[in-house]
Amino acid sequence: MTCREFAEFLDAFLAGALAAEEVAAFHRHLAVCPHCVSYLDGYRRTVDACQRLRNAEAVPPEVPEDLVAAILASRKPPR
Amino acid sequence: MPAETGVQPAAPRRPVSRIPETAAGLGHPSERLSLRAVVRRGPVASPAMPRHSDPLLADVRHDDSAAVEARLVAALQRGEPEAFATLVREHGRPLLATARRMLGNDDDANDALQETFLSAFRAIAAFEAKSRLGTWLHRIAVNTVLMKLRARRRRPEITIGDLVPQFTADGHHAEPPCPWSEQIARLHSRESRSILWRGIERLPDAYREVLVLRDIEGLSTEETSLHLGATCNAVKIRLHRARQALRTLLSEYLEDLSP
Repeated sequence: MTCREFAEFLDAFLAGALAAEEVAAFHRHLAVCPHCVSYLDGYRRTVDACQRLRNAEAVPPEVPEDLVAAILASRKPPR
Repeated sequence: MPAETGVQPAAPRRPVSRIPETAAGLGHPSERLSLRAVVRRGPVASPAMPRHSDPLLADVRHDDSAAVEARLVAALQRGEPEAFATLVREHGRPLLATARRMLGNDDDANDALQETFLSAFRAIAAFEAKSRLGTWLHRIAVNTVLMKLRARRRRPEITIGDLVPQFTADGHHAEPPCPWSEQIARLHSRESRSILWRGIERLPDAYREVLVLRDIEGLSTEETSLHLGATCNAVKIRLHRARQALRTLLSEYLEDLSP
């Protein structure tokens, strides 16, 4: 496996979407390639950072009342 | 807007030949790969699927909430003002969270919520309950947010080819990837969220939309493909490229911050 192949199928590797022999090939490459270890680390942390953004935005307890009022007012036809 | 139903069937197990999307602006024929040994497994159950320990109880709850929803829809279709207020207050909260997640700022999210409900008010007469009301509203909200994302004025677009890693002819990294384990830890702070959004905003449209829908909003590949009118395979490839590109952009931003 080359670094190029490693980078190309990294998403499938992290998603657990590869067969056992392919996973083994990824691990053999990681054991001898510090560049791909570093690349994998940054890729994984990028995905984690995006998912933290998702988790950071909880459903608010309510829609602000002024926004509710604006939305309801906007459905009334103009006079 | 995508149809109310119609999740695409899972693709049969077959070898994958990962080819950059020339049609989507990736035109790098030299990067074409055929990794015959790599095959994908079958589909994995979506984590978004509810898991009920008691299926009978789940059915009862579903029937009860479905009946409440049917009454609300009927009232909306009769034009009862209280029903519209109920719709906004009860369904607006998760939609507001979606808009905030996908747009990254509250003002744009408020505008998107307002536009979402205006679209919903206009379309409610034709709502046929082929999907749950919340699902229908979420689709409208996502489409509204996508339009706002596309309309944002941004710096001249950079191509995805400038942001994904480059390799030598024999397949090795052309340059050592930037190690950034220490720097990325800063992404816990408010400032670093802003840096993350700066990176997301610089992604080419087709890649930014997939990344926002999949990694930030948490939609499945199938749902994302329906929203964008792209194949599931295109969504997967774009998501991978978007993550690679964002990794590059973040490492540049974080390097600039280094003392």
